[in-house]
Amino acid sequence: MEVVEQEKIIGAINEKFEGQILKTEMLYDFFTITLKKDSIIDIIGHLYHHPSTQFQYLTTLCGIHYPDQKQIAMMYQLHNLVSNVQVRLKIHLPEENPTVPTLTPVFAAANWLERETYDFFGVIFQGHPNLKRILNVDEMIIFPMRKEYPLEDQTREDKNDTMFGR
Amino acid sequence: MEATPLSDRVTQTEEKEYSYLNLGPTHPATHGIFQNILKMDGEVIVDAEPTIGYIHRAFEKLAERRPFYQVTPITDRLNYCSAPINNIGWHMTVEKLLGIEIPKRVQYLRVIIMELARITDHIICNAVIGVDTGALTGFVYMFQQRELVYEIYEEICGARLTSNIGRIGGFERDFSPKAWDKINHFLIEFPKVLKEFENLMTRNRIFMDRTIGVGGITAERALNYSFSGPNLRAAGVDYDIRVAKPYCSYEDFEFVIPVGINGDVYDRFMVRQEEMWQSLSIIKQAIAKLPEGPFHATVPDFYLPPKEEVYNNMEALIYHFKIVMGETDVPKGEVYHAVEGGNGELGFYLISDGGRTPFRLHFRRPCFIFYQAYPEMIKGSMLSDAILTMSSMNVIAGELDA
Repeated sequence: MEVVEQEKIIGAINEKFEGQILKTEMLYDFFTITLKKDSIIDIIGHLYHHPSTQFQYLTTLCGIHYPDQKQIAMMYQLHNLVSNVQVRLKIHLPEENPTVPTLTPVFAAANWLERETYDFFGVIFQGHPNLKRILNVDEMIIFPMRKEYPLEDQTREDKNDTMFGR
Repeated sequence: MEATPLSDRVTQTEEKEYSYLNLGPTHPATHGIFQNILKMDGEVIVDAEPTIGYIHRAFEKLAERRPFYQVTPITDRLNYCSAPINNIGWHMTVEKLLGIEIPKRVQYLRVIIMELARITDHIICNAVIGVDTGALTGFVYMFQQRELVYEIYEEICGARLTSNIGRIGGFERDFSPKAWDKINHFLIEFPKVLKEFENLMTRNRIFMDRTIGVGGITAERALNYSFSGPNLRAAGVDYDIRVAKPYCSYEDFEFVIPVGINGDVYDRFMVRQEEMWQSLSIIKQAIAKLPEGPFHATVPDFYLPPKEEVYNNMEALIYHFKIVMGETDVPKGEVYHAVEGGNGELGFYLISDGGRTPFRLHFRRPCFIFYQAYPEMIKGSMLSDAILTMSSMNVIAGELDA
């Protein structure tokens, strides 16, 4: 993406939310901005309406668990279909009790995506109209996509994966 | 005794009572495992509550334990009506992460396969819309053509439904003369059938009465719900990733993005119908312009060497072993790649930490995102229209539940 476009987005954020940007980088062909977690939803709402950005299409959002940093990251991908510019916004939440306000007032599509993220990572979306599990059974007590839950039973002895395998 | 006037009797009626209807999860009319608890006022739907996840298979978690090439069969099972698009989308995501340059011939071959897959996807959706409006003839007729495409897959990769087509870097083998014969045969046969199917449906009075103005959504709501693919285009937004972010040399081909006006069942049907014609044209252009060259990129670290080499050559044997065990080095990185799937923007968000498996893989599944608009789209309509709306959105259970 051209530098002009990047500066437009950064400018739009700094206009109202000075000091919120922690890092900006190009990850392959995708411009990524890491933000402080406090006003992420206000920033997305601001970018939605701001005349120079107008990110009015939510491509996707998802969670990422970083067990080493004891953090859960949230990733939001926004798209301006008119100028065909895409941006990825990232925030980092603490692993214990990750909470973030819901995006549903801005994008109706965020509803199930946030439910999915809650279901798999346990991120609490404050103000979500219907925050309950979506793909897993309601009785499940863990958040299965967190890294502390391995896919296979680690007590198995019939299979030695010390050479190959994570 | 004096009778009370009619107007009084009407106002005296007690509060309205609604009945609840459990549509699904295993009803044949839902074409998959979806449950909807419908709040009904007579035959009119007042509200709906969908429950999903009946065939959830934890793909994102599974992928975190599999080497990159072993993730391909998982992607088959997302939208199984157009599995090759998912496979190739995944290969391209990994190639983007690794920075592999793909030969032009491979890109063109991939375009041919992906457009064939798009045709099968739309065949299923449109034929099923016909079934739900009571026209079984078209369904049977069109499914014969789908069979021809599956025979082409079979000739290229050996599989039919869950194709696992291609490899990271290209194809496992070049298209055989028999495969080309089958493709050419399909290109001759299919337009005739498609034309006949169109004659049967598009100006059919019954079909038009059943579909026009049913299950509509405005462009504004569709965008807010992050619709993509034919469903968004039927609402009048010309967003197609093949044009917006061209991949696989789509910029080399001339094609039109059909758009609808009302976003109703009829528009979705017509958009898919036109897309099949466009896909046919793209395939013909790709065959006409097909460059000579290798059928895979030179990436010994990821592309399996031929078997004779493995048996007779030490380097090839080492590479073979390393690839199969997933022991080749992968760069650290974060990459998002989207392809225009049968249903819309199919995205792969991949984070690699340099290990043998993805650190995190998120599938942006178009079905999952647009199916949440379903209650809003069927509110106030009849039960039979609700079934038609679902089939015209082409919700695929595998993609919905991952």
